[in-house]
Amino acid sequence: MTDINEHLSEIIKNNKVVLFMKGTPEMPQCGFSMAVSNVLKHLQVQFTGINVLEDEKIRNGIKEYSNWPTVPQLYVNEEFIGGCDIIKEMFEKKELQKLFEDKKISFRNN
Amino acid sequence: MAIKQEEIEQLLREGFPEANIEIKDLAGDDNHFSAIIKSSQFKGKNRIQQHQMVYKALKGKMGNELHALELITEEK
Repeated sequence: MTDINEHLSEIIKNNKVVLFMKGTPEMPQCGFSMAVSNVLKHLQVQFTGINVLEDEKIRNGIKEYSNWPTVPQLYVNEEFIGGCDIIKEMFEKKELQKLFEDKKISFRNN
Repeated sequence: MAIKQEEIEQLLREGFPEANIEIKDLAGDDNHFSAIIKSSQFKGKNRIQQHQMVYKALKGKMGNELHALELITEEK
């Protein structure tokens, strides 16, 4: 079995926008994960949801990987963007929209 | 798993002695808090680094005893 960090970097490399979350985008199981997932849905961004509740190794590994103690965690083009607080703040200040624009990721600006 | 507001305040005071710190208990369950921290230590740091500094000051409590902390950090 590949080492968890390799597995995580594979996921992050192969998905332009990936959200490590509790539950799935359709069925979030934590208010913070739902908040970030809803922001991405509101902006109509294509993203991959990784349900950390399905795999304890991913759930703990991702916290070490990014030196960030909680989930959800959003990655765009292999870069860690932040957790719920930061994504909400960036969305309100239109910084998230700018980030997607800069990284040529399609979204609906409304 | 829970943590007292006083303990959070004390850890943050130790980590950011000169900062303005405002903590609110969001749910009365010793598990959901918000904190606004204005510190000169954040100068030149991006938001992720600023939040990581706060989590470090909380000495591993974040995500364990402390389930949820709505965090806003600002340079002073």
